[in-house]
Amino acid sequence: MNANLTSALIKRIFTVSFILLLLLFFAMVLGLSEGSTGGGFSAIWRSLNPSNADDAMLASIIWKIRLPRVLVAALVGAALSSGGLVFQALLKNPLAEPYILGISGGAAIGAIIGILLGLSRFPGVNLTAFSGSITTLLLILLMASGKSILIKDALLLSGVMVNAFCSAVIMFLISLTQDARLHNIMFWLMGDLSSSDLHQVGILSILLLPCFVVIFRYSNIMNILLLGDELALTMGIHIKRVTLILLTTTTFMISATVSHCGLIGFVGLVIPHLLRMILGPDHRILVPACLLGGGAYMVFCDLLARVLPAQGEMPAGVITALIGAPLFIILLKKTAS
Amino acid sequence: MTPAIDVKNIYFSYKKEIVLADISFSIEKGRFFVIIGPNGSGKTTLMKMLSGVEKFKKGKLKLFGRSIRRHARKELARQMAFVPQTIPTDFPFTVTELVLMGRTPYLGVLGVHGEKDRDIAEKAMQFTGIAHHSQKKLNQLSGGERQRVFIARAICQEPDIILLDEPTASLDLAHQINVMSLMEKLKKEKGLTIVMVSHDLNLASMYGDDLLLLKNGTIVKMGSPRDVLTESILKKTYGCELIIDQSPMGDFPRVTLVPGKRGTILKVKDIPGI
Repeated sequence: MNANLTSALIKRIFTVSFILLLLLFFAMVLGLSEGSTGGGFSAIWRSLNPSNADDAMLASIIWKIRLPRVLVAALVGAALSSGGLVFQALLKNPLAEPYILGISGGAAIGAIIGILLGLSRFPGVNLTAFSGSITTLLLILLMASGKSILIKDALLLSGVMVNAFCSAVIMFLISLTQDARLHNIMFWLMGDLSSSDLHQVGILSILLLPCFVVIFRYSNIMNILLLGDELALTMGIHIKRVTLILLTTTTFMISATVSHCGLIGFVGLVIPHLLRMILGPDHRILVPACLLGGGAYMVFCDLLARVLPAQGEMPAGVITALIGAPLFIILLKKTAS
Repeated sequence: MTPAIDVKNIYFSYKKEIVLADISFSIEKGRFFVIIGPNGSGKTTLMKMLSGVEKFKKGKLKLFGRSIRRHARKELARQMAFVPQTIPTDFPFTVTELVLMGRTPYLGVLGVHGEKDRDIAEKAMQFTGIAHHSQKKLNQLSGGERQRVFIARAICQEPDIILLDEPTASLDLAHQINVMSLMEKLKKEKGLTIVMVSHDLNLASMYGDDLLLLKNGTIVKMGSPRDVLTESILKKTYGCELIIDQSPMGDFPRVTLVPGKRGTILKVKDIPGI
């Protein structure tokens, strides 16, 4: 016990962050070097010192098309993973996730309404998406409240229903849209990163980075919330205030990613679970780990979405759902037993 | 001397149903105070008022002479620690990590602890006899050991008062005595005030300095075990037969239940299907 536990904690945070930062860096380099126009690691090197016209074109593909995309993927992955982590801690349910609970769906409805109204993506669509997700959040909390013994299941079931309802509203809105934007909306809905540019990277950073700081600030308090409301209260935690701040921040974060990249599901489930299994339950370590690890995971998924189809590409949300949905079922079975 | 806890005319209702009505009592510093009463008498609600988890509708509650409403949450947590009845186990924190969480009211937002905090945690674990489990995960321990981990966590809060909600309810005999003796030791050696909700009248009699008997949200009787645990009071309050005599262990009453009188309950052969 005399061994330095304090510095051990800080050392652990830094070690974990450093390893995952390396992973993120590796993912980003891979994301930059691979793509439909080919490349490989040497391509990045050549693009830095272009010696002919081919290299110059490659350089512009790598730095103008792939780089923003990789950065957006990293930001979105970080937001979705940490968002899932917060939901799981606050709702004390390991299966809670913004996408499964329909928060993302609500944001999507808001975003589509914004798009149909002809609002600009920022801040117009961002705001409509935020109001959409906040509304669904309130709906779910309202439906799941009441002292049910099966509160965990009540929450998930409410989420499933809200999600189904949101999908119906989305399809309804889409079926009203008869113009050329339809394909774009559909593609965006499935979680599309292909239209990313540096301007978008800037906006997303401004929106998301402060949220990351807020979530890390409350990481230790999330540990204590796990012990239950009574204990947390008598240990000096303002539960209502903390819950409000965290839920609002997370919902804001999710609506920002949805309005920019559509519906990307299950990232907030897969990454926190994986990291919790490896690193244990301490949120002071899990928050930075989810930010970096989630970013890396999303960059990988986006890369797969780009290179798997022989022609063109598929939305990144397809990949995350293909990996995430089976895992959700496995986890559900594990929790039940 | 200012009492540790002073309750005056407290009312609490839940959905128009009155749970506690006009409750007044005070607990002197350094006493072992046990709240007893039948199911639904308002024991747990009273405990929640005392711990500040629930806000009472009417009345006054003072801690060491100062209104509970004037304490900030963090300040309250440094004065009073709570040990719950059911211990959450889903999250595999180690014993040390969990005990150290008790230091939260003294630490910054990220809960980074120093040498002093580790010392306090170490001593608390030794005191409750779980130091040898310090690196184990919470879900690897038995119910009784887990309870002692949560008591060590409460001690880490360095409180003047410890509140316990039926801490022995799900424990076997050895662990029951162990928990009660720990509380008595805290009272005697550290001068802590112990407030406990309990269903076990004999444990209450053996360890309690003062008992508070509740029924239907009002106080039936308050006083020493000898004053409260009498046949007439208990028969009326619990509605069952019992015998009170002196405990072979000392100068305090012993409660023995008497099986229900024949005729007041159905005979087995009268129950269809059996």
